Amino acid sequence: MATASKAVTDSRANLPFVYRHYSAEQLREVLHKMYLIRRFEEGAEECYTRGLIHGTMHLSIGQEASAMGICMPLAEDDQITSTHRGHGHCIAKGAEVKRMFAEFFGKTTGYCKGRGGSMHIADVGKGNLGANGIVGGGIPIAVGAALSSKMMKTGKVVVSFFGDGANNEGAFHEALNMAAVWKLPVIFVCENNGYGMSTSTARSTAVKNIAERAAAYSMPGVIVNGNIFSEVAEASHQAIARARAGEGPTLIESKTYRHRGHSKSDRNRYRTKEEIEDWMSNRDPITLFESELREFGFIDDKGIEAIRDAVAQEIAEGIEFANASPSPDISETGNYVYTEQA
Amino acid sequence: MDAMVRELSYAQAIQEAMAIAMDMDERVFLMGEDIGVYGGAFQVTGDLVERYGADRVIDTPISELGGAGVAVGAALTGMRPIFEFQFSDFATLAMEQIVNQAAKMRFMLGGEVSVPVVMRFPAGSGTGAAAQHSQSLEAWLGHVPGLKVIQPATPYDAKGMLLAAVADPDPVMIFEHKLLYKMKGPVPEGYYTVPIGKADIRREGRDLTIVATSIMVQKALDAAAALENEGIDVEVVDLRTIRPMDKQTVIDSVKKTSRLLCVYEAVKTLGIGAEVSAMIAESEAFDYLDAPIVRLGGAETPIPYNPELEKATVPQVPDIITAARDLVKGVR
Repeated sequence: MATASKAVTDSRANLPFVYRHYSAEQLREVLHKMYLIRRFEEGAEECYTRGLIHGTMHLSIGQEASAMGICMPLAEDDQITSTHRGHGHCIAKGAEVKRMFAEFFGKTTGYCKGRGGSMHIADVGKGNLGANGIVGGGIPIAVGAALSSKMMKTGKVVVSFFGDGANNEGAFHEALNMAAVWKLPVIFVCENNGYGMSTSTARSTAVKNIAERAAAYSMPGVIVNGNIFSEVAEASHQAIARARAGEGPTLIESKTYRHRGHSKSDRNRYRTKEEIEDWMSNRDPITLFESELREFGFIDDKGIEAIRDAVAQEIAEGIEFANASPSPDISETGNYVYTEQA
Repeated sequence: MDAMVRELSYAQAIQEAMAIAMDMDERVFLMGEDIGVYGGAFQVTGDLVERYGADRVIDTPISELGGAGVAVGAALTGMRPIFEFQFSDFATLAMEQIVNQAAKMRFMLGGEVSVPVVMRFPAGSGTGAAAQHSQSLEAWLGHVPGLKVIQPATPYDAKGMLLAAVADPDPVMIFEHKLLYKMKGPVPEGYYTVPIGKADIRREGRDLTIVATSIMVQKALDAAAALENEGIDVEVVDLRTIRPMDKQTVIDSVKKTSRLLCVYEAVKTLGIGAEVSAMIAESEAFDYLDAPIVRLGGAETPIPYNPELEKATVPQVPDIITAARDLVKGVR
């Protein structure tokens, strides 16, 4: 990935990491992607309300900087495992929103041909090995992918996204231990949005910071403000460098917040309106990143307007594509259970 | 035919299959608890670590869930892991990864991936290891679409079916009865496969079909030999694979003999015998039946420690003889 030229870098010497490390064009693309995640989820929510999407979904609105900050420094063939709250990870890793919408609509043009839906959204071509409906389910799988990387000497780094709820699953502890023992190129990213469904981390987790658990597995534990893109990206960048150098895993705790409920059935009885309002008004990751970009002269109002317009169009086209795509035939119900053999 | 004369134990046959698989394909590797210098709890991996190194014969921590997940993740991303559970009972600790992940990954992702993982489960009673180290849980996994579940009953099949499992693009679960590990039988040298999903008629007969699995195949053959003296001619079908089941071989056999006895070690209710019986009841073979279908399975208890109780808990040769005789003679 091209980085900013030296002259430009010097003039940015006192700015946060990403403003020194990435070009203006790249940073504007990050803002574009963050808007794309936000509008995709708003669009999906609206389609759900209108009855165009069934089932349920878990929205990551408010966590866009975390997904983008982790994925930005990854190479295209690096891999991720994602969670039930995985739309942002999928877009951040390079997915097309039209194929994501198509999946949510249950269509054959979707990433999983309509078999997976929101909770199993994947984009294997871009290294997203899949969201997961089981809390913590993807963590050992990411360690296995990292073992493949090491055994096949591909140089790939694997990121495992999971939430604060997963840090109390046995799979988390078993996986971190093995990754550390075998020094595997994997990064564990805990997106701590404060609640495992309705249960706060204070009520569920014995340590104050989930990153402290890294000490039990002899790996660095890093805490970042998950709503500040630059902080997340810098931590990801360092963890990737460590993994690629063969020095082993890192646990990053990205402290963030979901504006919406856990899923579509959530009545938000476990948190106050004031708390939600505070995060939305004062700590929104897109607003924070946008104002930094503006302050440091990377974008102006016109540029922001152009991004918003482009995203709106992409979302509208994506929904149209999904709507117009064919549904799978009932006769294909049994497909993909086993690998078709000649 | 010299190669055919050579005899190996069931455990040696599996070890040879794993060595051949690793020789043929550098993506194949072994994972499990104490499979390295210890050689595996039942000495199935034996000295493979000396021949292939600790990078390909990997001792895992005692982490069945995490270990199974690592194997699934490695398979998903291009490797060909063979994961050994120390005892099949410990599958209970890893059901999440087996049932929710390995079995469903290809389906959930619309055919974009495959999970070519092989998992080996030393199973069954008879070793005095009591209730948590003696179960036969194959029907649990046989209930899950996306998995293939096999139970080789001879050293020949143990090698050939393991090599077929490694070549298979989907997750294959192998249940190996621990009492079979020392059983000897002819095993050809070199590479060969025994197909997954094909039953085998071990003994042809006219009066009764016994469908047996795993260690019950040999017990059924012993029973058949005894019944021959009484003029009862038993056909023994070794099911070999419980998912996908070879229905046609069983249907054809029952159409020929008109009687069906299912013999398996796992707990009788809701098991393989129920599936085979129902499958026959739904098939054209039903009209050929001259007697009700009979199931001989394990008792409705955990496996006890006391050796006499332990034996009484699962079908033995005399039980099979009695059940077969009663069935043929019309005793209800």
